[in-house]
Amino acid sequence: MESEVTNQLAQLQKELEALGKKVSMLENSRKDQLSIAVVSGDFDKILASMVIALAAAANDTQVKLFFSFWALSALRDEKKRANGKDFISKMFGVMLPKGRNKLGLSNLNMMGMGPVMIKYLMRKKNVLSIDRMFKEAAELGIEITICEMSMDLMGFKKEEIIDYPNLRYAGASTFVNEGLESSMQLFI
Amino acid sequence: MTNEELSALGVAKSVDARGTACPGPLLEAKKAIGTIASGEVMEILSADEGTRVDIPKWCTKQGHEYLGTVEENGYYKIFMKKK
Repeated sequence: MESEVTNQLAQLQKELEALGKKVSMLENSRKDQLSIAVVSGDFDKILASMVIALAAAANDTQVKLFFSFWALSALRDEKKRANGKDFISKMFGVMLPKGRNKLGLSNLNMMGMGPVMIKYLMRKKNVLSIDRMFKEAAELGIEITICEMSMDLMGFKKEEIIDYPNLRYAGASTFVNEGLESSMQLFI
Repeated sequence: MTNEELSALGVAKSVDARGTACPGPLLEAKKAIGTIASGEVMEILSADEGTRVDIPKWCTKQGHEYLGTVEENGYYKIFMKKK
């Protein structure tokens, strides 16, 4: 009788240990980290990405932004130039917005009137400007990763990308891997 | 805490974030929290409605103690104690 109880106890203890291991494994696999795939090059969507990223960083969450495709327009420095582009890359460079202040809205763009109105409202309502947001992001250590493949595809060169302290170039598997260990992942 | 108790608190740091909208107040609060010692009280002034929900959430996550909010004329005074 007594040995049966001892056995059961030992069994329970084993199960508890196994559970404990599982829980700590789960806890360790998900860091307090936010990964956002920023794919859109619309002013409103870049704005939303930055606001969420800043709010997370203010909460001490590690933030990793992965910029790809049209979103690269937001990272172009309007004062920088790049040489040695082929014809189509040059065309893309001319036709796409040059920098975060030149982006259009996904709705109500109205040939550029919409962004002007939004920026006016942002100033009036004391919303941080897009420039301030990038500055704050840099100070808070928010990481920006540029999709190497998108850069190549759109014909952008590293020389025309903004100066930003935590900037790097990588591939999609970097986003996937970091997304896996993040407790929150977004696609904008 | 009642409004009277909150108003009578000795505040180590007052952050006036009335000139900025979401997520500005939280960013300013984060910067300011590093300048006070553990157990000290900080107040955040914000005219942004969202901040009165955001700050208590931030406190819960960071382990600081949210003490309460006093509504002033057109803005909020949000009190918290650093962990």
